[in-house]
Formats: sequence, C-alpha cells, structure tokens
Amino acid sequence: MAKKIYSTYPMVKYLRKEALPTALCPGCGGGTVLNAFANAVDQLKIDPKDLVVVSGIGCSAWIASPYFLADTLHTTHGRAIAFATGVKVGLPDKKVVVISGDGDLASIGGNHLLHAARRNIDITVILVNNFIYGMTGGQVAPTTPFGAKTTTSPYRNIEHPLQISETVAAAGASYVARWTTAHVYQLIESIKKALQVKGFSLVEVISQCPVQFGRRNRMKEPAEMLRWFLKNSVPVSKAKKMSPEELEGKFIIGEIINRQRPEFTEELNKLIDEVQEHFGLKGE
Amino acid sequence: MIIRGDEPEQVRLIRKLYKPGNYFMQGNEAVAYGAIFAGCRFYAGYPITPSSEIAETMARELPKLGGYYLQMEDEIGSIAAMVGASWTGFKVMTATAGPGFSLMQENLGYAVMTETPLVLVDVQRSGPSTGQATKGAQGDFFQARWGTHGDHPIIAVSPTSGQDAFWETIRAFNIAEKLRTPVVVLFDGVLAHTREQIRIPDIEEVEIAYRKLPQNEEEAKLPFGDPHGDGVPPMPLFGHGYFTHVTGSTHKENGLRDVYTPEVHDRLVRRIHRKIEQNREVYEKYEEHFTEDAEILVVSWGVTARPALGAVLKARKEGINVGLFVPKTVHPFPSERMRELAKKARAILVAEMNLGQMIIEVERYVNDDVLLRGVNRIGGVPLTVEEILREIRGVA
Repeated sequence: MAKKIYSTYPMVKYLRKEALPTALCPGCGGGTVLNAFANAVDQLKIDPKDLVVVSGIGCSAWIASPYFLADTLHTTHGRAIAFATGVKVGLPDKKVVVISGDGDLASIGGNHLLHAARRNIDITVILVNNFIYGMTGGQVAPTTPFGAKTTTSPYRNIEHPLQISETVAAAGASYVARWTTAHVYQLIESIKKALQVKGFSLVEVISQCPVQFGRRNRMKEPAEMLRWFLKNSVPVSKAKKMSPEELEGKFIIGEIINRQRPEFTEELNKLIDEVQEHFGLKGE
Repeated sequence: MIIRGDEPEQVRLIRKLYKPGNYFMQGNEAVAYGAIFAGCRFYAGYPITPSSEIAETMARELPKLGGYYLQMEDEIGSIAAMVGASWTGFKVMTATAGPGFSLMQENLGYAVMTETPLVLVDVQRSGPSTGQATKGAQGDFFQARWGTHGDHPIIAVSPTSGQDAFWETIRAFNIAEKLRTPVVVLFDGVLAHTREQIRIPDIEEVEIAYRKLPQNEEEAKLPFGDPHGDGVPPMPLFGHGYFTHVTGSTHKENGLRDVYTPEVHDRLVRRIHRKIEQNREVYEKYEEHFTEDAEILVVSWGVTARPALGAVLKARKEGINVGLFVPKTVHPFPSERMRELAKKARAILVAEMNLGQMIIEVERYVNDDVLLRGVNRIGGVPLTVEEILREIRGVA
C-alpha cells in the first residue's frame, strides 16, 4: 500500500525514498508543509542540487530533513538559522532554506531569527507553528494561545503568545507571510515568492497537531483543527480595520510585508570588492 | 570541489600583503595571521575579552583576501555559522574566552559528531563565571576536554608564546583538515595581550593541509564511512549535487539517522575515537629541555612554560638536575612520553595558572614513589621564574 503511494505521488522525486515513510503522526500538518514546499520547488523548476535545507530539532525539523532530497543539515536545537547563515555565505548562489518549528526557531532560536531578519540575509525560513512542543510531549510553547491547555499548563496557559510574523517583519525581513495548512494553494504561492525574494523571507505556517495540542483543547480530529483555522483566519487587509480585542484569538493570514532592502551576502561581497579595489589587490 | 583559500591567487595576495620579516605585535594578532596563512577565509565570532583583537584583525584583513568576517549575535551562533561554512568548503575559525567557550560547547560536540573541521581559539581568562574578565588564566584545560556531553575525543593545542601562537594556529588548521575534526587552541589572556617580536615567514615556508575530498560518487555517498581505513571519511561538500545528509544524531555511514540500533551508535562513536587514536603522529607534539638526565622534572604548558624554562635554566646553573616537559598538544595528552620521563624522575612539579588541572592528567602516568607537586597561582598574574625556581630548589 505504502509503496504504491510513493510510486504514484508526483512529488516523490524530491524525497529520500530510503527515509520513508515519515515519522510524523497521523493527521500532522507536517506532511502538508512538505507537500507545499515540494510543489513550490517543482513549480519554480528549482534543481534540488541548487538547494540546501537546514533544520533544527523537533517534529517540524524532520519535514525536510531527512525527507527532502537535497543537501540537508540537521542541526542543534534553535540554531538552524545560524548554521544556515554560514552555508549561505559559502554558497551565495544556492537557495538556502530553513524548515523548522515554532519552538525551535522562535523560542530557543528567537535571537538568531531576529538577527537574520535584521541582516536581511537571503535565507527562506518556513516556520511551522503548531502552538506546542510536539516531540517532547506537548509542553507549553511561546506560541501557545492564551488560556490553552498543555502538559505543562494543565490548568491553562497564562502567557501571551508571540506574534512571530509581525515580530520578524519589524526586525527587518524582506518578505513575511502567514498561512495555515488549510490554505494550501496560497501557502505554495507564498513559498514560491519567498524563494524568489532577494533577502530574508519567512513563511509562517499555522499547522495542526491533533496529538499533542488538539486532544487537550477539544480538537481531537485533524479536521476539527483545520476548521478552527478556517473559522478564525482573518486576511491582513481586513485585520487592519479591526480592533485588538476583535483580533484576539484570530489568525491573521496573507502577506505581512514585501519590500526590498540591501541583502547581506551581496553587501558582504560588495564590501570585499571595494576593500580589494582600495588596497590595489585585484588580480592583474 | 575546492577548499576556499586554496586558489593560487591567494599566494599572490599573501605575498603582496604580508612581507616576511619581524614585526612587533600582540599574541592575538599572531593567532589571526597564523589563521590567514593556514588558509582560513571565514571567521564568525562574538567579541569577548581577552580575545577581541583576533576578531578585529580578521575583520580588517579577511576582506583583503576575499574572505568573510561575520559578527554573529552570540557565541552559539558563531560556531553554528562556522559549521555551516565548513560544509561549503571554507577553512573556518572563531575565537572566544571562558564564558563564550562554555556557550560553544554544544555545537563543538555537534562538530565532533558530524566530523566538521574547524578551529576554535579559547583565550583563557580567569574564572569561574565572569571572574577577572581582563586577566589571563589556564583554567579551561578540562573544559576543552570534557565541556561537551557524551563520549567524544578532542584535540587541543596550546602555544607558549606569540611566535608559537602563529605556528600552532597553522598546525591546528592542518590537524583539523587532516582528521576532519574540530581543534581547540588553548591560548591565554597573558600571551594574547603581550606584544613581542614575531617573525612572519614567506608563505612557502608554511605547510598547509587540506581535507580529503571524495574521489568518486561511491565515496561521496558515504560521508561518514571509512573507505581508506584511516578512520577519516572524505568530506562531500555542500552545493555539488551529492545530496549529503548531515545530522548530529547517530547516523549510518550514508549519513541517515539511526538512533535505535546500538551497533550503529557503537560503530560511529568508536570510529570517531579511533580516528584520533590511530593518527597520533598527525597531532602529537611536545618540547623537552634537559630531560636526558633529569631527576627533577618540571611539566608545564602554555604561558607558564616560559617562566618554567627560565627557572629550569637557572636551576641548571646551580647544578640541579632538572628538566622541562612541555606538551604542545595537550589533548590527547602525550601519555607515552610522559610515562617514560616519569620513570626516570624522582620529583615532578607541574606549573600552571590554575589550582591544578594538568597535574591530574600527569598523575595518571606517575608511580606512587615519585614526589608530585603542583606549582599553582591564580589571580590573573602569571607565575614568575623565581617562584618556580623556589619550588625546584625545594625538592632538589
């Protein structure tokens, strides 16, 4: 059965077959993200040889590494973007993509996320936000909604979630968009844009975790979680006209920012050129 | 595939920029020039006293050579960026001090596990914690060895002067490249800030090593295999279409994760150990002075080896049969030679700027009938010739 799916799934050419089937739980949004990413790569006709995918630790870090067939670097918890920074400086002509979770990238890795956005280094980050630490057993995260229940907030969460996309946009990224796994086609379009933007780009994907988040918050079935996303999604344009009270508990979806700023690796190489010119070091 | 900094153009640039001759410079600058001569073209770091002049020198010099200086948001990011850059074919370095070295430990373990060549300079300062931030010390001997978790080998070299720092940094790069492993340079705040005469050689005088690259598709498909029996797998660099998978989790020879099979973990970690053990000739290095007939042996390392030599010379003039043993690669410890020397000695003094760290390593190779004593000082001021001489006289 499984074999048959692999042979008929058109995106299978982008996957490491020896690593399949995936370790993701049934109903996990990770598969949707992997599918969307593979479709974006396919539609843009990017040769996987021109891709380096970096991830940190946790469920979402597994989405592209090991499953996506490219050079893949699976790193330490929270540090994926810092590793990717070194890769991008070494290979400025390749597409360097980070795929990891909210706990990894926005919690322990928050510092690297902000500073990569500030530098505006040409890395595409696909941040899978499932409001929870999935792999460690469903503990409270900086993205857990106010009032939600988790294994370490068994009564209710009294902390406010981090608005990742808005924060990264404010830090200086070139492109930021947020979608949910219920908006697959929009998500693919945004990943395509993010891959093409020269500069730091972030696509935040709000994704379902029925096993660790859903079942403790009255959404045991994946479909219930997707319906929750659809019911509470508000497009950016509409959100602008709404008050903070009205936006409480809503997911603002769409492009948060899309702008051009000088990009880090280009500036770095420009600087080297200038310095070599200045000291008369250019080859004869 | 190329190792960056390897291009013939680089020789021309180095010749043009750095004329051979004697210069008056800090130990920290000597480390930076050593790295540049060794081919380092990527530096990622975070400023911390007393290491900052290494970063400053790299920031000034690297762009001239087409190299990259990155000031990262913290030490953890610095070593992470180095690992990423190393997999694209750069020779990479960072420099830090005590607290920064602590922050780098997790990713140092990652570099050991993924067999990523890099050079990490720890300019030791007084601790624990912030301690005396501007003062030198030799308190990170064991942090270098056991700072990261798990069963892991580590190689650490330790220079004894500014001039030595130039050459030892080059040696650290060569070891890292030959054995595809991180190498720690245990420098210290005293030598880092001491200005002295340092000779910059012609690039031709410098032995430069490069990591082994895969010779065919088959080797490239096994980035963690051992095709040549020396424990050192060829390194398929990113960006060349090999679809290499690199993970800090236990992995098979092809790079894919397998954390469930005990044999896979055993095979991987034992090979990484064996790689270091069976290639001792690549990194083992020590200096000896008057050890042929020494009944008293002084063992010292790094900054303290200099006053130790002064003390030994003076004691010799007084007719005391004393010798000096200076491990230059401190991890793995030169155990065999240490054991031989310990057999002949009646008393052994271990001089270092801490409350006794290398002495614990020395003790493992010394019989009970030998008088073993530490000559220790903390507080940020190095041991003097007189202080060590007094201890030598005390056991003579």
